[in-house]
Amino acid sequence: MLDTALAGLVNGSSYALLALGLSLIFGVANVINFAHASVFAVGAMSGWWFSVDLDWPLWAVLLGVTAVTGLLGLVINVIAVTPLAKAPPIAALLSTFAVSVVVDNGAQLVFGPETRRFPALLATDNLGLGGLRFGTLDVTILVVAIGLMLVLGWFLRASRYGRAIRAVAQDRDAAAQMGIPLARVQNLAFVIASVLGGVAGVLGGMYLNNISPTVGSTVGMSAFAAATLGGLGSLPGAVAGGLLLGVVEAFGVSWWGGNARTLITFAVLLIVLWVRPSGLFGKRAPLAAEPMTGTFFGAARTVRLRPWQVAVAAVAAYVVPAVALDDYTVQIGVQVVVYAILALSLTLVSGQAGQISLGQAAPLAIGAYTSALLTTATGLDFWLSLPISGVVAAVLSVVLVSPSWRLRGHYVSIATLATGLLVAAAAVNFDWLTNGPSGVSAIPPPTLFGASVSAPLAVYFLDLTILLVVLLLVVRLRRSTLGRIWSAVREDEVAARSSGIAVADYKSLAFGIGGFVAGIGGALFAQQYGYIDPSVFGISVSLLALTIVVLGGLNSPLGAVVGAIVLVGLPEALRMLQETRMLTYGLLLLAVVLFRPQGLMGKVAR
Amino acid sequence: MTVLEVTGLRRSFAGLRAVDGVSFTVEPGEVVSIIGPNGSGKTTALNLVSGVLRPDSGQVTFQGRDVTGWRPERLAAAGLSRTFQNGRVFGNLTVAENVLIGLTPTLQAARPFSRWRNVPVLRWASLLAETAVALVDPPAVRRELADRQAKVATQLDRFGDRLTPRADLAAHTLSYANRRRTEIARALASGPALLVLDEPTAGMNPAETGEVLEQLLELKAAGQTILLVEHKIDLVMRLSDRVLVLDAGSVIAAGPPEQVRSDPRVIEAYLGKRRPAVRP
Amino acid sequence: MSLLELDSVSVFYGQTQALHEISLVVEPGEIVCLLGGNASGKSTTMKTILGLITPRSGEIRLAGERVTRSAPAARIRRGLASVPEARRVFPEMSVEDNLLTGAFTRRTGIRAELASVYESFPRLAERRRQPAGTLSGGEQQMLAFGRALMSAPTLICMDEPTMGLAPIFVDRVLDLIAALNRDRGLAVLMVEQNAELALSIAHRGYVLNTGHLVLDGPAPSLIDNPAIRTAYFGA
Repeated sequence: MLDTALAGLVNGSSYALLALGLSLIFGVANVINFAHASVFAVGAMSGWWFSVDLDWPLWAVLLGVTAVTGLLGLVINVIAVTPLAKAPPIAALLSTFAVSVVVDNGAQLVFGPETRRFPALLATDNLGLGGLRFGTLDVTILVVAIGLMLVLGWFLRASRYGRAIRAVAQDRDAAAQMGIPLARVQNLAFVIASVLGGVAGVLGGMYLNNISPTVGSTVGMSAFAAATLGGLGSLPGAVAGGLLLGVVEAFGVSWWGGNARTLITFAVLLIVLWVRPSGLFGKRAPLAAEPMTGTFFGAARTVRLRPWQVAVAAVAAYVVPAVALDDYTVQIGVQVVVYAILALSLTLVSGQAGQISLGQAAPLAIGAYTSALLTTATGLDFWLSLPISGVVAAVLSVVLVSPSWRLRGHYVSIATLATGLLVAAAAVNFDWLTNGPSGVSAIPPPTLFGASVSAPLAVYFLDLTILLVVLLLVVRLRRSTLGRIWSAVREDEVAARSSGIAVADYKSLAFGIGGFVAGIGGALFAQQYGYIDPSVFGISVSLLALTIVVLGGLNSPLGAVVGAIVLVGLPEALRMLQETRMLTYGLLLLAVVLFRPQGLMGKVAR
Repeated sequence: MTVLEVTGLRRSFAGLRAVDGVSFTVEPGEVVSIIGPNGSGKTTALNLVSGVLRPDSGQVTFQGRDVTGWRPERLAAAGLSRTFQNGRVFGNLTVAENVLIGLTPTLQAARPFSRWRNVPVLRWASLLAETAVALVDPPAVRRELADRQAKVATQLDRFGDRLTPRADLAAHTLSYANRRRTEIARALASGPALLVLDEPTAGMNPAETGEVLEQLLELKAAGQTILLVEHKIDLVMRLSDRVLVLDAGSVIAAGPPEQVRSDPRVIEAYLGKRRPAVRP
Repeated sequence: MSLLELDSVSVFYGQTQALHEISLVVEPGEIVCLLGGNASGKSTTMKTILGLITPRSGEIRLAGERVTRSAPAARIRRGLASVPEARRVFPEMSVEDNLLTGAFTRRTGIRAELASVYESFPRLAERRRQPAGTLSGGEQQMLAFGRALMSAPTLICMDEPTMGLAPIFVDRVLDLIAALNRDRGLAVLMVEQNAELALSIAHRGYVLNTGHLVLDGPAPSLIDNPAIRTAYFGA
């Protein structure tokens, strides 16, 4: 009992340090810094490098990490946050998300993807107190973490710039009238937050005993949950939320095993968002009046193709692979098509209805699992499983995300992110249903007129046909009254409601139809590989889908297809490495957000 | 029947009473204006009436029905439309589409079973039917759309050559004044029983203000009931049948424009009470 | 030399012109009020003087020095301080931290200034540890004054200092402004909707209407001028 609680506190102190930074940045810059998790990873890895490769003592390691992560924080603010201060909030959300991908995968290129042993540097089991065993390491982590919190508290309370940070967080305009330089204060807040995150990385690395470049996203997501649990913007809340989550996770893990950790984290996060979105300590209800997208692609009009151009492209899509391409290239084509279907689901949800989803892998996974389990376990025909997969994915999408309709802006995106991760965690944990981490194999290929659809070209034709149907569906919906109503919801919720539109219903409907389309995509995905497991539906899939639509043009169905060709087809054809590929996605996403928010297939209206 | 009856409306923010026991009525065909110094609670009062905010206490009756605490979409569907202080249009929709959105509550063929929208679970039948209709696009829906588009054209014509030539331009490309006109056209499209306008001429120059005044006078002549918050006293005096003066969240005077204008309490609210000079 | 000079300053919000070639001066030791109805451009004028908005044309000088494009901090160092509209104290910071924030641009003499503010406003000294958000409206207004004094200004700009205050506090705040002017020799530029009140303590006044300066002169000459009523209520 007690040692579990202690372990939870020690681990939770890492969350608390990270959550403090998230809340500090949220207070000063009004931005949820999705790149903050990467700072943790950079802290852990540079700490590993300083201590193992360079053999520095602990104090020097901490100093070095402070310098590295402090600089990283400054760069994040200058590149991804400050330039977008006047853009709609969605822009900073996407740009910090992109930076996190760039940093994580850049680090992976530098350090290599493998997990490394992080030397504890300190003893882990040399002390005892009334039957409770612990080590110098535990004590050091707690002391350093609490010490940093106290120093931060003192700094904010008693120093000139500390007061300035608080003043800016409470009233930006009034602070400016006192002569406080807002830009400098914001830089400072990012540096402080990132140093805390970096130190948390070193401490967390030592505690976890081993690190990898992806350690940031796991711990970072927990910190995210902790900050939301405590109440975004509240510093005492961040500390309480971090420690509480650490303890809850520790008990959960001791009862249900290590895999339960993510499930607990995201279940906690979603429940907080549903029940008490302002968190334990947050005071203000997090209701922003501005729509999340709206003028993001403000000046954009969708590029429209003439009917004959569409017809030629469709015919070419059937004919060219059949006559001119080898099996390998056709297989790439199959992937492009499946991702285009997934991306089209986002065109509806994020482009048409304006709800940015960071977890579209969730309905994809639900569809894939539904189809895979129905066809293997019950022997149901693929063709029957296809619509069922879509419906199940639609219903679950709506059920999981719709409680957050009371929230706006960033919180909806956090809810979708949590949903995506929760579904992946559920696939790992509910092994009575999903067969756990080992996944579902031997999924039979579909049959058509008695023939098995398993040759690459046959699969390609099947998927392409479904893509064209989905494309037609999306285009028709966009041009209908319903599409216009969704646009109104996207552009301005307040005005839409005052025009008699029940916005919550229409958001749910968008998620439902988007979930249906993604679920169909998931079923195709499962049949095409014959094998699925939870790791296939990680956050990188959600990211890729979002990057595809942002690159192609959030508001352009054709853009989703073009984006899929560029982001899925090209890297595959060029045989790019996985981490180079992710790095490229991140850089592209960042560049599009900064320089061409209307996307490739949007053009600037005059 | 009285169009709007407000009794004892109260709403506080963080201990400050923004609206403190406001009561008034709006009769059919009347133009009632709310004026008052900055921070007197005018916009809060409008937000309470139109469902954007919920009152702490008090009652709002609209066309004989108690609508206190109704959500804005339900009020809009029941015939209470409004515009916003700084103008809210759907920037990426065309002018015509903006006005078409204002007609959403009047759609029947495109939104089947819309009576079920306020029923849990069952409302999904209506939403899915709307989706199906959107995909199939049957003739009834097309006829309805053509009819509504004709109505949109009529609305746009109301503003002379300001909006009609720009009907197919995205709203964000319009001038500020034209965006405000688009918003008014959208609010009027469904033929509301009560039109609520929050500073319709804010940020407009005198010529534009004069033009909006003419259009509002035409609306009034056509019998439209209007509740107006406006700073420009000239416009209020020319347009209103009755004026309500708010100060510190309470009604300090109400009556015909001329009477209110010469009411010493009103002058004091704006100009302050005369006090002996303490000039050093 | 004038403390503050505006020389045909024009300000635009996008396409809309908010201020039309405004020229005004404030001399040392003067109380000057800027009058006008809602949306007349008073607050825009104030924000332009403080450096929160940059004019499209015209010039602003503080004590003879051009500051048209300077940051707020540079203007504060030249003797300007602000009491913002609706007070805008930092609600979750203590009274003392609010005051110290007002001294952000200075490095020395802060403690002495704090003591002097507490001497002028004993009420604030009593509540120095209390969060500013828990003060009454009148006390918050005192805090906003004290916070402005912390930068040792020669000119304080006040945006509607009596707005939203209970009538009993309105008189007290005006007396306070007159006292600050008398005892500390501070010049005050005060935006007010409450014309009669403002003119009762001011030396001179300017009247704005829809972004234009329509009238100016010594306070006594303005009090009974019918043009003021016109600016508020129309002809």
